[in-house]
Amino acid sequence: MVMLANTQGIADTHPQTEDGAGPVLTLSGISKSFPGVKALSEVSLELFPGEVTALVGENGAGKSTIVKILTGIYQPDEGAIAINGTPVSFPTAQDAGRAGVTAIHQETVLFDDLSVAENIFIGHAPKTRFGLIDRKEMLRKAQALLDRIGARIDPNVTLKDLGIANKHLVAIARALSIDAKIVIMDEPTASLSHKEIEETYELVERLKAEGKAILFISHKFDEIFRIADRYTVFRDGQMVGKGKIEAVSEQELVKLMVGRSVDQVFPKRAPQLGEEVLKVVGYCHPTEFEDIGFTLRAGEILGFYGLVGAGRSEFMQALFGVTRPSKGAIRIDDRIAVIRDPNEAIRQGIVYVPEDRGKQGAIKGLPIFQNVSLPSLKETSRKGFLRLAEEFKLARDYTRRLDLRAAALDQDIGELSGGNQQKVVIAKWLATKPRVIILDEPTKGIDIGSKAAVHEFMAELAAEGLAVIMVSSEIPEILGMSDRVIVMREGRIAAEFEGADLSPEHLVRAAAGITEVRT
Amino acid sequence: MIRSLMKSRETILAGAILVLVLAIATRFPGFVAPSNLANVFNDTAPLIILALGQMVVILTRCIDLSVAANLALTGMVVAMLNMAMPGLPVPVILALAICLGALMGLANGLLVWKLDIPPIVVTLGTMTIYRGIIFVISGGEWINAHEMSDAFKAFPREVVLGLPVLSWIAIAVVIGFIVLVGRTPLGRAFFAVGGNPHAAVYTGINVGLTQCAAYVISGALAGLTGYLWVARYAVAYVDIAGGFELEVVAACVIGGISIAGGIGSVGGALLGALFLGIVKNALPVINISPFWQLAISGSAIIIAVAFNATSNRTKGRVILKKAEHAA
Repeated sequence: MVMLANTQGIADTHPQTEDGAGPVLTLSGISKSFPGVKALSEVSLELFPGEVTALVGENGAGKSTIVKILTGIYQPDEGAIAINGTPVSFPTAQDAGRAGVTAIHQETVLFDDLSVAENIFIGHAPKTRFGLIDRKEMLRKAQALLDRIGARIDPNVTLKDLGIANKHLVAIARALSIDAKIVIMDEPTASLSHKEIEETYELVERLKAEGKAILFISHKFDEIFRIADRYTVFRDGQMVGKGKIEAVSEQELVKLMVGRSVDQVFPKRAPQLGEEVLKVVGYCHPTEFEDIGFTLRAGEILGFYGLVGAGRSEFMQALFGVTRPSKGAIRIDDRIAVIRDPNEAIRQGIVYVPEDRGKQGAIKGLPIFQNVSLPSLKETSRKGFLRLAEEFKLARDYTRRLDLRAAALDQDIGELSGGNQQKVVIAKWLATKPRVIILDEPTKGIDIGSKAAVHEFMAELAAEGLAVIMVSSEIPEILGMSDRVIVMREGRIAAEFEGADLSPEHLVRAAAGITEVRT
Repeated sequence: MIRSLMKSRETILAGAILVLVLAIATRFPGFVAPSNLANVFNDTAPLIILALGQMVVILTRCIDLSVAANLALTGMVVAMLNMAMPGLPVPVILALAICLGALMGLANGLLVWKLDIPPIVVTLGTMTIYRGIIFVISGGEWINAHEMSDAFKAFPREVVLGLPVLSWIAIAVVIGFIVLVGRTPLGRAFFAVGGNPHAAVYTGINVGLTQCAAYVISGALAGLTGYLWVARYAVAYVDIAGGFELEVVAACVIGGISIAGGIGSVGGALLGALFLGIVKNALPVINISPFWQLAISGSAIIIAVAFNATSNRTKGRVILKKAEHAA
């Protein structure tokens, strides 16, 4: 509490941005490890009052880890956090909030069925003499806060009736209501329209004018150069560069971001490309993607790169029949194929290993072998009756290949560790003997050892003549595994690269829309 | 360890039933006479049939509150039909009852599938609608024994190999469900849809269609029971089997069918129904007031749910290597 008063005092004496003002927040020597991964290694970060610091880095560079440390969700293993030179620690999220740090996330953490005013003041609503919520006062204060940030929102409105941009504004009003000094904005414009993005920029200007220190995480170079005052670049858990934004060019930033070569080892492959297996022409969806077309050959690994929200997973779901395209055609081998639902996709030889395996993959409550056999029941059953022995055999064959560690195949899948559940999910798809396998972020959230195993396995599948589509947001993985890469941006194919053109710079530029390279 | 606990859920319930029966036998030995036990089973048969239908619905994360109203409406329709055409043979009536019930189940299923209305709301609505229709078609009148043909009334009571047809039908339904749930792709789909609907979609299972199928099955069984009920008690009126849907859901819950979907067994539903049936039949015999009977049924539900909740809680994630092998 004493510290908070101190923070306010200093911030108030420096209401305007001025060169030479000391940092309000200093992180130094911060390290954080997770089992098997070093997420952050002695990074430092400084935020200045009334200035926007852009935090730039590839996926997995450690950006979200530092945000979680700043908001009290993770504790650093080493290093110090100081606010206005006073060392602080954030054992819980509440402590971070009390110290004046607030984060506005991509998906706002608000309550859809409460009113705007209630959302702003939840947990610290003004009270009447009798300890009840003072609705009048709350509405008045909410209106004042909304006016302050220039938001034309009625505080009485239910939150769910607002668009994403306005929800962000409510989140910001909430941040102001707890008198935050440090505002973290994590890709705030990722899912906004042009007009909404402009409004967000205006808001950032207002916050700057109020003397807030802003940490702005973004993948979009145009906006970084437009609104940031300073930049900090993370790569592979290390801080690799920082400075004033005027002193750096786009090229230099990209170079810092992707670095030189990658240390990670990928399996050596000698791709044996076979016949064309899949051809997609002009796939469109009213809101998600447009004019997607490509070909895929047997034995090929085709990478799909793009920023989060570029429409890669959405397209894959349409290709797999989970959603339906409004236009477009596909050809599998020499037949024109129509895929109306996932069942048809599986029959036609396309399988999809979704990104969120916990939610979309394993079926808890069913034993391992029944999880594996689920899409193959037509083959293992006879005359409409299941044959458990056949299912068991199928599961044994495929889980053995994946080196599954389980006590018994009739064990509930929920009892397995994450990595082993994943193996069961992959075994399930391989058992359908697919022609094309789509792997959506196949190594997201798993440790380096398991990553290598997945890569090895992917190479094996391709060598056996399976056509592989890999959606990944990790540049090293995309470059290390793919024979060819399609980059998507804002729902369209931005570029396609192969051979010598496959370089980190090319991918990042195409994904961020720095220059349109269409080959 | 966890597995054996899961497996033994039915064993524990069976043990509880046995203890209950023995306790009753100490005060009233006649209760355990084979002929009386057969009576109890016959009396519980409708509950068993409906509980099995309800089970597949609950497995898919839905609920069917309209079963008792469906039963009553089908019963009224076949009774009126019998009154109008006394010569209609019983097999035709049975087929009609099953079809009519299935149709009402289909209505539930389509509303849940195509309009995405929460199952509890759909079946609460259709429950009221079906009851309302009975009043409309019967004008609130009763159909009594003398208005029904003898063949119509006799069928469920017909004794074959020492048991009434009603009991045999319940046994047939149990066997049918063991096959359906354990040995057909549809049965497997019920578990998959309830266990993880998202994953089921990606596995090529049509979640809505599977739920709809569960409703049709539940409805068909309600229709079948509708005829059996009306014929057995030789009376049809608006309020027959009023509130019976709750007993059916209770039987499932006591039998360890998870309300969250995806977990359950035919044996569990059967035992759950038997437990309630025994409580209902035994308590009046040993002079315990029907109010106690309600309290005991209610306690059984809470104990069963609490037991399921704790057995699920111990099922944490296995991260340690040694735990993986121990499991």
